[in-house]
Amino acid sequence: MSGTFTKSMARNIFYGGSAFFVLLFLALSFDTTQALPKRDNRDAITPQVALGKKVWEENNCIGCHTLLGEGAYFAPELGNVYTRRGPDFIKTWLKIQPTGTPGRRQMPQFNLNDEELDAIVAFLKYSSEINAAKWPPNIEG
Amino acid sequence: MQYQSQAVAKPYFIAAIGLFIGQILFGLVMGLQYVMGDFLFPEIPFNVARMVHTNLLIVWLLFGFMGSAYYLVPEESETELHSPKLALALFWIFLVAGALTVLGYLLVPYAGLAKMTGNDLLPTMGREFLEQPTITKVGIVIVALGFLFNIGMTILKGRKTSVSLVLLIGLVGLAVMFLFSFYNPVNLVKDKFFWWWTVHLWVEGVWELIMASILAFVLIKITGVDREVIEKWLYVIIAMALITGIIGTGHHYYWIGTPEYWQWWGSVFSAMEPIPFFMMTVFAFNMVNRRRRNHPNKAAMLWALGTAVMAFLGAGVWGFLHTLAPVNYYTHGTQITAAHGHMAFYGAYVMIVLTMISYAMPMMRGRAAANSEKSQVLEMWSFWLMTVSIVFITLFLTAAGVLQVWLQRYSDAPQAFMVVQDKIALFYWMRETAGVIFLIGLVLYVMSFFVGSKDPEAVQV
Repeated sequence: MSGTFTKSMARNIFYGGSAFFVLLFLALSFDTTQALPKRDNRDAITPQVALGKKVWEENNCIGCHTLLGEGAYFAPELGNVYTRRGPDFIKTWLKIQPTGTPGRRQMPQFNLNDEELDAIVAFLKYSSEINAAKWPPNIEG
Repeated sequence: MQYQSQAVAKPYFIAAIGLFIGQILFGLVMGLQYVMGDFLFPEIPFNVARMVHTNLLIVWLLFGFMGSAYYLVPEESETELHSPKLALALFWIFLVAGALTVLGYLLVPYAGLAKMTGNDLLPTMGREFLEQPTITKVGIVIVALGFLFNIGMTILKGRKTSVSLVLLIGLVGLAVMFLFSFYNPVNLVKDKFFWWWTVHLWVEGVWELIMASILAFVLIKITGVDREVIEKWLYVIIAMALITGIIGTGHHYYWIGTPEYWQWWGSVFSAMEPIPFFMMTVFAFNMVNRRRRNHPNKAAMLWALGTAVMAFLGAGVWGFLHTLAPVNYYTHGTQITAAHGHMAFYGAYVMIVLTMISYAMPMMRGRAAANSEKSQVLEMWSFWLMTVSIVFITLFLTAAGVLQVWLQRYSDAPQAFMVVQDKIALFYWMRETAGVIFLIGLVLYVMSFFVGSKDPEAVQV
């Protein structure tokens, strides 16, 4: 870089540029929080959904599955599993794991009780109704 | 080594390398589970292996960053570290807490670990990369505060250089953004929105400051180029990193329930995120070409050039590959993401830590400037084996990802997830093979610390 462009100019671009974009990011984030109530399906959050999220987290479901495309890529997307499979399938599926089929990927048995099974279904139903800009592209997730 | 207290970096680096080995072993377990689904089941289910793999990576990189800071800051500040005792105490606290957490993952079912550690009081567990029990997270904050105090006091009492200042800003940012890991609302969209404030603003934000400042430090040392020139580059690079990377967070806000204007903000700004990485490559090669001395530590120079190139490829090119919203619509949450993740983390953060270790370790082990010729040759072999392996891991995962996108997302008759996984198994086998070669490279890397250590030091040519 040429002699006319000095270190202090570079430093000022760093401080000024960063400060500007931090503020812009905060402004956009504030606007997002204002816009969220129309998109994030918050009216559907019940104590049962809250319990479902806790069951989801405390069994580390994200360690194999994705939820709205985020997580691990070892097992199917679950953001739309409620629409793909329906509530009864999900509960039965969770109860009969692991399949034990030789060579197949295995899902652990989490020993959930009926209340927890219903809660995880409620959480996945709530997740499936979040407005995610038409993602995923199709029902297979 | 100019200051006695720089030696506290040594245990940090040793721990980092030890945990690195663990990370790779669990990576190989997962790679095998991709194709032999019931391997080690139910002893180590995939989700446990993945948690260990990713958490070990984070922890060993943090060990590497802290070790680098303990080595770099006294030398830049031209004074002894404020408290070497504190640094050593924090080392043991962090190591024991990390080891207990990993043992918890491996020995107790995750739900049991949540119960044991009182996750109910402040639920933060069960989110990707932030799986640590809340108590471990509190421990991380305490260690980070003690570490920042130690580093900050050292900088305050000594010479203040741009390199140490940028490093400090990066480290403070790391600690501050981690605090968002404690915010876990039931509202999934808000949870995800702020989860990225830790995850994205770490790896595509403040960590880039840490990386750039360490690279600048090593380049000053091994090339002898005037500090003014290097620090000017440093500021321009990190300016571009934050200018593009902060709004670039928007590329995670396409499909998680956030407003759709993020598709524009995210696409435009994250498309520019390769720029600072490209500048880093130009910078590293430029400084090496203009070098005023031929440093005898050729291995360190190789790592420094390597990290600049691989960070650009992994974070820059492979990030750009799937960052535009219309592309990401199809690639989001596929093996494309995994491909990018592997090369970006290796290129930017694994290699910068190994650069620093390569530069500093010989001095901490009593050499004047560099290891023997023999041990450097071995280290450079390990560089090439690991780097070429990660390129192939990335290429195979990319191929798997393209097929996955095509079969599962894009074609007229989309197929089910597991049906598609079976069809792309060949690429997972090849990825696993490349992973084994990576492990061989890592073994050579560890050996390079012992082979030729009795031989005379390599000399300047």
